Amino acid sequence: MLDQLQRLGSASLNTLERLGRGHLFLLNVLTGIPGLFLRFRLVIHQIYSVGVLSLLIIGVAGLFVGMVLGLQGYNTLVDFGAEESLGVVVALTLVRELGPVVAALLFAGRAGSALTAEIGLMKATEQLSAMEMMAVDPLHRVVAPRLLAGFIALPLLAALFSAVGVMGGYFVGVGLLGVDEGAFWSQMEDKVDLFDDVLNGVIKSIVFGFVVTWIAVFEGYDTTPTSEGVGRATTRTVVHSSLAVLGLDFVLTALMFGD
Amino acid sequence: MEQSRVIQIWVGLFVAIGLASLFMLAMKVSNISALTEQDGYILKANFENIGGLKIRSPVTMAGVVVGRVSSIDFDRNTYEAVVFMTIDFKFDNIPDDTSASIFTSGLLGEQYIGLEAGGSQDYLKEGDSFTLTQSAVVLEKLIGQFLVSKADE
Amino acid sequence: MSSNQSEPDSPPQTLVKIRGLRYFRGSRAIFDGVDMDIKRGKLTAIMGPSGTGKTTLLRLIGGQLRPQQGSIIVDGMEVNKLNHRQLYELRKRMGMLFQNGALLTDLNVFDNVAFPLREHTRLPESMVRSLVLMKLQAVGLRGAHKLIPSELSGGMSRRVALARAIALDPMMIMYDEPFTGQDPISMGVLVSLLKNLNDALNLTSILVSHDVRETLSIADDVYVISEGKVVEHGPADVVQKSGSDWVQQFIQGKNDGPVPFHYPAPELIDDLMHG
Ligand SMILES: Nc1ncnc2c1ncn2[C@@H]1O[C@H](COP(=O)(O)OP(=O)(O)O)[C@@H](O)[C@H]1O
Ligand SMILES: [Mg+2]
Repeated sequence: MLDQLQRLGSASLNTLERLGRGHLFLLNVLTGIPGLFLRFRLVIHQIYSVGVLSLLIIGVAGLFVGMVLGLQGYNTLVDFGAEESLGVVVALTLVRELGPVVAALLFAGRAGSALTAEIGLMKATEQLSAMEMMAVDPLHRVVAPRLLAGFIALPLLAALFSAVGVMGGYFVGVGLLGVDEGAFWSQMEDKVDLFDDVLNGVIKSIVFGFVVTWIAVFEGYDTTPTSEGVGRATTRTVVHSSLAVLGLDFVLTALMFGD
Repeated sequence: MEQSRVIQIWVGLFVAIGLASLFMLAMKVSNISALTEQDGYILKANFENIGGLKIRSPVTMAGVVVGRVSSIDFDRNTYEAVVFMTIDFKFDNIPDDTSASIFTSGLLGEQYIGLEAGGSQDYLKEGDSFTLTQSAVVLEKLIGQFLVSKADE
Repeated sequence: MSSNQSEPDSPPQTLVKIRGLRYFRGSRAIFDGVDMDIKRGKLTAIMGPSGTGKTTLLRLIGGQLRPQQGSIIVDGMEVNKLNHRQLYELRKRMGMLFQNGALLTDLNVFDNVAFPLREHTRLPESMVRSLVLMKLQAVGLRGAHKLIPSELSGGMSRRVALARAIALDPMMIMYDEPFTGQDPISMGVLVSLLKNLNDALNLTSILVSHDVRETLSIADDVYVISEGKVVEHGPADVVQKSGSDWVQQFIQGKNDGPVPFHYPAPELIDDLMHG
């Protein structure tokens, strides 16, 4: 009993300590962001590895999710004779929820884990230490460009996911199931609001991009410098950032659409 | 050098694709076009009950959207709802005996204002009111009435 | 810094001065009262068995770790009293060669050596190129400048890292076990390279190693550390003739002596009976 209490206590202390370190780390990284605008080439390289290399998985996933939404939405709506609202259902689901959330989850698995592994390996092979000794701050040179790149890339990827998803819903709904094309687009245009829906979705994906990348680079930087440690850190990145995305999604949804 | 050129081109393409997606979401999926055409003149109408009518609900005439609800107020004296709507300048010949009713699109759909033109030669101008109005049909009331009439039989 | 520049003719003989150094990991003392003087322009060797804290000592000198007690003064500046910017300024004048080279794996050999130049100077690209090729020439790898780190052997990696460490013409350079795991030929190459660089560039070198023969053959001054203390200090020949049994065991590589072959344990027969 006492043992368990003690374990609980030390686990909470550890968590708190890690949280503290994570925030301190973030502060130190953020001081390096302004300098990056003079050396944007570094950021562009990272946008390539976190953004361009995630394009395919995001595009394909968006297409399939949109097609499934088209099918399921149609089957439900047709019972009410409301299949012309299919466009609305598909677009709202994607723009408000699935676009930001699924893109962020895929991003955590594809780009986040890669970031953690990359930084963790740089630590394990003393590349970060070597930079420090060359008077180059790895937080500014290595971590800051990656954080900024993730922050820029995810909102664009989420927008792509939603846009491709709408196209997927259109192919299935209009192309295969015979929903009226004009109704599909005009109802969608009518019921989806630029600010309430699209902009809120973009805000979500900005928040997710920031949090996922933050967790990924912190886990990499904080890793135990062994191959086993890097492996564990990578797993933690995916688990923690996925949970963070889903939890934050609830909070943001309640704040944005809660009234 | 060559490789970093390729990377830059890819990143440029990536940003372009992302922005194009955002643009599509804004223009094609959402109602940015409806937001921009807010030019028009204001008419108002009193209703006993507006049901689920909202700001930006459409105002239609013969099924064509001629304007949108721009604000909804409450009259402290008559205990009625006052609905202001912005009508597009294009439709400047609405007779002053036109009636305004609140309808529901479909069984569970959104509510909107439907205008039915009268025969008068005088047209409504900025700030005028509709004299003939019909409130929203509240489903619960209907069902209530239906049950009561059944019970009476 | 200013006090140094005002009297450039008579720089103090000691570049790194360590006094009363104590450093703990948890409750374990890695260093328990260490004094050292690293002389300018000399090659000083620090020897000791694995795990005594040789790497830790280099990190303390480089300011990556902070001692709990004592002072480390490099070129007149107390390392752990410097702020971030001053520390980074100081590090530009220090080179460090990590145990496995620690080359940046996403850059090729040329860009690795160019890295400190591009980060800290605004030299035109043509000048960077000449400098990099000169440094690579000094370590004999000019022909390898297009290779990527994974294509290099261990010895080549260390030589590239060495070229990188001297890219900014530092005042001192620290080597962390540069000979470990090298075949005899690349070991010989590295040994003479270290010696030549030290003499030709008038560098101050700190060489951490447990390769006794090679180290003693080139060191001007030797410290032997064990269990957090300096157990022997002096020129190579003096250390070689040390009266300490422990030092003799270490230098001659005997498997038993003051450092027992067996990890402390109860009598074997007791363990077997109770197992
Ligand atoms: N990050 C660390 N955390 C805990 N202990 C460490 C860490 N780094 C080194 N040590 C311990 O400090 C001691 C000295 O390590 P090190 O300086 O690497 O020794 P050496 O370079 O002489 O082999 C070792 O016993 C090691 O276990
Ligand atoms: Mg070591």
